[in-house]
Amino acid sequence: METPILSVRNLVVEIPTRHGILRPVDNVSYDIHAGEILGVVGESGAGKSMTGNAVIGLLNRPAHIKSGEILLSGQPIHSLSGDALRRLRGKRMGMIFQDPLTSLNPLLTVGEQLTETIMEHLDVSYAQALDRAVAALDEVGIPAARARINSYPHEFSGGMRQRVVIALALCAEPELVIADEPTTALDVSVQAQIIALLKRLCRERGVAVMLVTHDMGVIAEAADRVAVMYAGRLAELGPVRDVILNADHPYTAGLMASTPLASQGQKRLRQIPGSMPRLGQLPMGCAFSPRCEFAQDKCKQDPGPTRETCNGRAACWFPLSSTAKQEATQ
Amino acid sequence: MLAYILRRVFQSLIVLLAVGLVAFAMFNFVGDPVDNMLGQERTQADIERLRQQLGLDQPFLVQYWKFLEQAAQGNFGLSYRQGRPVADILAERLPATLELALVSGILALIGGVVLGIFTAIRRSGVAANVIMTVSLVGVSLPTFLIGVVLIYVFSVELGWLPSFGRGEVVDLGWWSTGFLTVSGLKALILPAIMLGLYQMTLIMRLVRTEMLEVLRMDYIRFARARGIREKSINFKHALKNTLVPVITITGLQLGSIIAFAIITETVFQWPGVGLLFINAVQFVDIPVMAAYLMMISVMFVAINLIVDMLYFAIDPRLRLDRKGGGH
Repeated sequence: METPILSVRNLVVEIPTRHGILRPVDNVSYDIHAGEILGVVGESGAGKSMTGNAVIGLLNRPAHIKSGEILLSGQPIHSLSGDALRRLRGKRMGMIFQDPLTSLNPLLTVGEQLTETIMEHLDVSYAQALDRAVAALDEVGIPAARARINSYPHEFSGGMRQRVVIALALCAEPELVIADEPTTALDVSVQAQIIALLKRLCRERGVAVMLVTHDMGVIAEAADRVAVMYAGRLAELGPVRDVILNADHPYTAGLMASTPLASQGQKRLRQIPGSMPRLGQLPMGCAFSPRCEFAQDKCKQDPGPTRETCNGRAACWFPLSSTAKQEATQ
Repeated sequence: MLAYILRRVFQSLIVLLAVGLVAFAMFNFVGDPVDNMLGQERTQADIERLRQQLGLDQPFLVQYWKFLEQAAQGNFGLSYRQGRPVADILAERLPATLELALVSGILALIGGVVLGIFTAIRRSGVAANVIMTVSLVGVSLPTFLIGVVLIYVFSVELGWLPSFGRGEVVDLGWWSTGFLTVSGLKALILPAIMLGLYQMTLIMRLVRTEMLEVLRMDYIRFARARGIREKSINFKHALKNTLVPVITITGLQLGSIIAFAIITETVFQWPGVGLLFINAVQFVDIPVMAAYLMMISVMFVAINLIVDMLYFAIDPRLRLDRKGGGH
């Protein structure tokens, strides 16, 4: 098999605090291949965004990578110095932020922000950079791109601004794009357009996309594979269809059962009892065990192995595909 | 935008009218001018004649209107003390104050912005912390004390710089400048530092706070995620976004540099309008006080107007009548 664009191996991110060391990302591993969209889901604080930030090297101090490897097309990037990493950012990996209203500099025109990025990474003249900027806007579906290149961000609507953000993230043609909740701040109708745009760019350019979101609808719509995170750990990883229909980890099953589906009509949604433990107060064993209806003594002692299942991987002693799957999904 | 400017000009005029009323009121209520002008041996007939001659027997509004009419033409009458037109005296003194204000204003602005950026970027560095601590002294010490300390160190102990006066000046006919002689420039240094130090620390702290605020914004993170160099992030992306509040404060401070040059001019015996005003107060020279008051308020209003215009130049979001917007 070809080398994955992004390969995260046993990544651990730590934040030292006065009350001890927190691990917002704990032993996470996954690969993303060219032209593939990996969805990363989880509740707030599950470590999804933190994983993305660690990959692109934008962890806010004092958070730092404690151990593990991050390989970009086989090249280790987790140990690169600040400036070497900066050269990769924008050029080989781009990032899309959540709120298009705040991610563009209000005092610089769209063209200024685009050409600045292009000229930072590619060896082109200003005129060429400007042409590329227009082409980038055109590609993300901004009408009359050449006329709008000198507009300021406030002259665009929210959805259009997110397109500009995507153009900015992609203008130097990176291999990897990390999209951190790219649709959360948008209207539902605009969300679908942005997701369609991301999918198209991913297919056409063969970009690897890490799509961080808490919206299962977005995952079902866009992702090829999905990684479910819980309390900093990877609970389950597998093809999106299998994970949604036949979850192995009880947490994933609970998550799916609590997601409203139009096909299920107005049935009352299931809830997972309790809430995700805070990072400073993780239980000894599996972090989900206090809320898990299948938990046994073993689960409370030891987090358990990550095992290969028929879907992919699940960090559970008792993956549902071999136990009471029917009960959990109902 | 034109409507906005017109509205602001109109507001400025109202402010000036109000200040004019105060200045005018000084003539009538801070002692009777007729009393001041006629000596001890006056008769009732003398008083009546002079009142009529000066137009003081006319209704209040008519007098106020006449005062405004004259003031608008720069005519504030004769100084009680020197017996010369107040406008001439002010024109003679103004260059000294403006040159001092200009130098200390530039000092405060450049020093404040540079140090503000430095302390924001190197937030936890030793140098930044030392600067922040020293700046506290600048903010909290009274300015006259700083002036006295400067004189003691650089004039009395070291003997490098003059302790008073303007040095030699070159008369250009309509303007007398100290910029063209060595002694004039040397004489400028200490007063300019004394006058500008407080403003500099203020601007520095403001720039630092704004910079720290802006550096936390999403668009700075996004610029980092695109691999933009730190230098460009700090000076292009962040600095521009800190400028609007900085310009507001700097504009107001420039006004107060001119207005409150009084203390500096007194400490250094600087022959500017501030010193003139202090002397006028001592001699109850009301025309000079009124003219000074009007002049300072015109400056404040003009500076505020210019500051408002500058917002448009910096922040495109305020240019509301620009075409486009929406989709």
